[in-house]
Order: sequence, then structure tokens, then C-alpha cells
Amino acid sequence: MNKRRCDVAVIGSGPGGLAAAIAAKKNGAEDVVIIERDFEPGGILVQCIHNGFGVEIFQEDLPGPSYAQRFIEEARGLGVEMMLDTMVLEAEPNRRLFTTSKGGGIQEIEVGAVVLAMGCRERTRAQIRLPGTRPAGVYTAGTAQRWVNVEGFMPGKRFVILGSGDIGMIMARRLTFEGAKVERVLEILPHISGLMRNYVQCLQDFDIPLQLQHTVTRILGRDRVEAVETAAVDENWRVVPGSQEVIPCDTLLLSVGLIPENELSRQSGVKIDAVTGGPIVDDTFQTNVPGYFAAGNVVHVYDLVDWVTEAGFRAGKSAADYALGKRGKPGHMTAVRAGENVRYAVPHRIDPSSLAMEEIPIQMRVIRPIEAPIMIEALVNESVIARRGQQYARPGEMVTLPLKPDLTDALQKADTITVRVRQQ
Amino acid sequence: MNPTRNASGDLPREIICVACPKGCRLEAVRENGQILVTKEGCKRGIQYAVREIEDPRRMVASTVRVSGAMHPLVPVYTEEPFPKVLIPKLLKKLQEVRLDAPVQMGQVVIRDALDTGINVVASRNLN
Repeated sequence: MNKRRCDVAVIGSGPGGLAAAIAAKKNGAEDVVIIERDFEPGGILVQCIHNGFGVEIFQEDLPGPSYAQRFIEEARGLGVEMMLDTMVLEAEPNRRLFTTSKGGGIQEIEVGAVVLAMGCRERTRAQIRLPGTRPAGVYTAGTAQRWVNVEGFMPGKRFVILGSGDIGMIMARRLTFEGAKVERVLEILPHISGLMRNYVQCLQDFDIPLQLQHTVTRILGRDRVEAVETAAVDENWRVVPGSQEVIPCDTLLLSVGLIPENELSRQSGVKIDAVTGGPIVDDTFQTNVPGYFAAGNVVHVYDLVDWVTEAGFRAGKSAADYALGKRGKPGHMTAVRAGENVRYAVPHRIDPSSLAMEEIPIQMRVIRPIEAPIMIEALVNESVIARRGQQYARPGEMVTLPLKPDLTDALQKADTITVRVRQQ
Repeated sequence: MNPTRNASGDLPREIICVACPKGCRLEAVRENGQILVTKEGCKRGIQYAVREIEDPRRMVASTVRVSGAMHPLVPVYTEEPFPKVLIPKLLKKLQEVRLDAPVQMGQVVIRDALDTGINVVASRNLN
């Protein structure tokens, strides 16, 4: 077995991994390696050919592949090594990785600091327990996106899409562009789960009907999907009797949520937050396992790739500091707790001494939408220490509360800080 | 809700503004050659609604065939928002395009597409 070592190893070459590798290199790490199981870098951006990427980071409206290429070129220019077509089989708590690839066989890599950047996966049919037969023609929206945009074939002619996530709506437009008929988009919630921009430009523009509070109750067909049975649901997701409808189609796409991909993280002893599905991290994106950091959608699913890149920069810099022995001893940590109307908050704990050096954003998702001015607040022992107003809050759009360095003392004395979002 | 008709009896059109993520529902109607916008959330909404009625445009992203590369397709996009009414025609033209590898990011795939002055360019390098 081949053995080698490196300062920082990044697992995954999507936007989070690329940013982490770039930041690690810029902060002094010499041997920075990205390990990617696909045969080209870029992650999911390779198949996201639509525009809307980079507005925050580049002030430009780019398609996914262009956004990825800018970072791929920067990483290569800085001398980041890319191990492509290579799979990490095992990640040990002592930062030893075992990889395999066709060309290199099995390799053991001793790593100064690891950045987990495996991104997320789509929820599948099995995970939402869709009843009915099991014919061909039921796919996740992202799988169809890969086929249509990269591999060049259409998975069907008549589609029904379950779920109003962004990928589902974007695929509705894409399939229409390629001559397919999208019969319907169904959403079990009383509101769309993706961005309003995508509803307007992907569904409304092409007169694709969206039915809120509707779901698929049965899949029909033996070898191939022949139809789906749909129904209206009440607020408890119970089927409204008599509302069933059979829609003939040959393909059902699912756009029903994304789950951080953490099989490797668990193996290495990283603790997972049951709500986000991602590692429990501190403000430097370090997990509970020393020397293991996490970047991007592997931590929690972001709305914008630009924010994944920002998170990757932070994780990569922290990993370089760790690998070079520049990280101080861990001191007092303040836990961040999700309070009223907050589903989760990231980071899960903050080192007040790192707050002394720079602002730390707390990112969170609300439980209930509030379509009126809101206040995001951070509390220590019932008293508000930071607050920020916003026009509204929705579960589909992350809200952020930046903590300023002048709060260092307050945090130094506190075990817990609670965040909440309420109407003004 | 009782919609208000203008002098010529036209109903106002509902437009969801996407200038920001908030998604205000505005109403716009032509009145004596001018476009009247109501229910706007801010000034950007008025601009958006006027544009949506006078000259709606969208960024268009699609793929074209390429031979000799690691993938059979290369993604392309319009350098600027493209007139909405011309999008079906543009897509038809893109179906006819055949490129040879290597392709460079930013390489012009169709120059001055349908006389709009807008180029369609490749979204990435492809070897």
C-alpha cells in the first residue's frame, strides 16, 4: 500500500471544498490535496447550468459551471493537488485517510487537518415512503438534471414533479426547453419551498401548474410509470377524501429535500446534529474531533452557493492554522441554542476569543414563516445582547445575525447564548 | 377583491416582482400609453413591472452538442438577459449547433443571436 502525507486534505471538490483548499493554501499550508470521487472537479455545479450563481461573491450572474471553473482555476494556480476519480474509503479519528482509485490503488494518507466537504444528497422515494408499484421512471430531480445537462439524454416525455424545491422548479423549465411536457408540480406545504424567482421564471413563464397542499398518493404502472395518483392534503398532511386525481405521465421527479452527506464524518467520530443532519461545529467550523473541519452543505444546506464558498474559506483557513500548529489551546466555549421560532443555528458553539478578532455570523432557519417585520435576537440570561431587524422571515431563506467583537466579554461569561426570531 | 379596470376596460395584470427575494405581488395596467403600477413594495418593483410589460427578458441557459470531449454536451448561456418572446426560436437554433472539442469558457457559440446583439457563450472549458 502506498503511503503519503499532506498538510490539509479536503474531501470533495464542490464549491465548499474548492474554497477550503484555496483558503488553506493562502494561509500557509503547503501540501493541500483535494480528494474527489468524480473524474472532474466542481461537484454539483457541473450540472447546474442555469444562472444565478456568484451575485454575492463576484457581483456577476454566472451559470454553475462558470462559477466552478473560476475556483478550479484559482485552486490549480495556487498549486492545490487534485486526486480525481478517487474515493475515500475510511477516515480515522487520528486523521489517517484510506483512499482507492483505479490508477493509484489503495493509499494511506496521513493528514495534518481534514476538511469534510462532501456536500449533500437528495431525499429519495424510500425516504418519503411513496406507495404504489416500483416501475422505472421515478427519479430525483438532481439525477434527471445530471442526465439532461451533462450526459445528454432525456429520462421521459411527460413529467410530474413532486416538491417545489429549487432543483425541481429549475428542472421543470429545463425539461420544457428540451421539448418535454411538465404536467404539474405538487407541493405538500402551503407555500413553495424554493425561491420566488424560480417560481416566476421556471413555472409561471411556461404556464406549468403548481398545486400547493397536494401530494402523490400512489404510483401506477408495472414496468414503467404510467400515471400518478395525486390528492389534496390538509395542514396535517392528511389526504382530503374525494380529492384524488390520476395524472397520466411516464416520469415522476422528486424534489423533496436535501440531506448532508456524513457517512465518512460518522466513521471518524464526528458528532452529528439531529436537526441539520450535519456535524456539530464551532465558529471555525471545527467538529468535535480535533483536526476535522467541515465546509458547506455537509454542515447544513445553504440557499446560495456564494455562502457555501464563504463557509469553505473559513473552514480552510482554520484547517491550515491547525495543521501548522497555529491554533491556540481551546478555551471557554459558549454554546449557541435555537430558541423561539428557530429550527437550528450554526455554529453550535463559539470561542469568545475568536470573536475578539472578527465578527461571527450566526446562521439560522425559522420554523414558521412571518410575513411582517421581524427581529432576530441573541440572548444571554434572558437579556438581549444583539439584535437585527428584517422585513420578513421564511423557512426557505436562511437568516443571519452577526455577532460583533464588542460582545466578547458578554460571551466570555456565558455558557449559553440563545437565538430567537419574533415579529416586531 | 374587485379589480379596477382602466379607462379602456383592461384588467390590471398581476406581476410577482423578483427584483429581490421578497416576491411582492404588484399590479400593472396600461393607461393612455403609460404603465401604471400599484401595490409595489419599493421603487425597484415599479422598474421591474414596467420592464416586465414593455420588454420582458430572461437569462437563457441550455446545452449544445460537442464531439471529441469528455461529455457529449457543453453548457452555454446568453451573456445578457434575452427577449422572452424569442426564447423558443433561440432554443431551436441551439439544437442545430455542433462544436468540436476543446471548448473554452466564454467562447462565442452564437454571435448576435437572432439580431438581438446578444451572444451565446460556453459556460466552461471542455476537453
